[in-house]
Amino acid sequence: MTHLAELPDWAALLTALLLLIGSGLTLIGSLGLLRFRTFYQRIHAPTLGTTLGIGSILLASMLAFSVLELRLVLHEVLIAVFMVVTTPITLMLLARAALYRDRSEGNDEVPPTTSG
Amino acid sequence: MIAQLLVWSVLVAQILLAVAMACAVFRVLRGPRAQDRVLGVDTLYVNATMLLLTFGIRTASTLYFEAALIIALLGFVTTAALAKFLMRGEVIE
Repeated sequence: MTHLAELPDWAALLTALLLLIGSGLTLIGSLGLLRFRTFYQRIHAPTLGTTLGIGSILLASMLAFSVLELRLVLHEVLIAVFMVVTTPITLMLLARAALYRDRSEGNDEVPPTTSG
Repeated sequence: MIAQLLVWSVLVAQILLAVAMACAVFRVLRGPRAQDRVLGVDTLYVNATMLLLTFGIRTASTLYFEAALIIALLGFVTTAALAKFLMRGEVIE
């Protein structure tokens, strides 16, 4: 906890702001996971956390470590690239699986298949 | 003064992320169907990654970064495998 005091004021302020923005957006996304009615509405909510939420927390981490260690610390970019690549893949797989399950059971709230 | 503000905001961010993880756990336990539970697990993994990053900022050690990377990786593999299972009933065909 003591090394955080070595950060200059502007870096500390920016890190705090980015952290609060990121965690607040993630909380909003997870609350949406609770409050939406159907699965197809729910699948949109957590993407708030996987894009801007984790993005601003990674920016805060990069900023804090770069200023603390007096060099450019960029290894958080790895997580950012990884999240950007994997989130659409997993959510698309999941949505397609849910569509397949709902259609094969003949549920009502599923969008119809477009033929032709 | 500003450093104290940073310490407090790290704490607040951790609390917010913990509440977000609790929401995801609720969706895993409650979710009416299997795909809701899988979505909850995915959200839980992403939130855990962020919580580990905030721990890293708090202690100023880069050790937490590797753990966050591994958790993000495991989350991707878990969700992809579970979605495949929901689609086909088999993970490896």
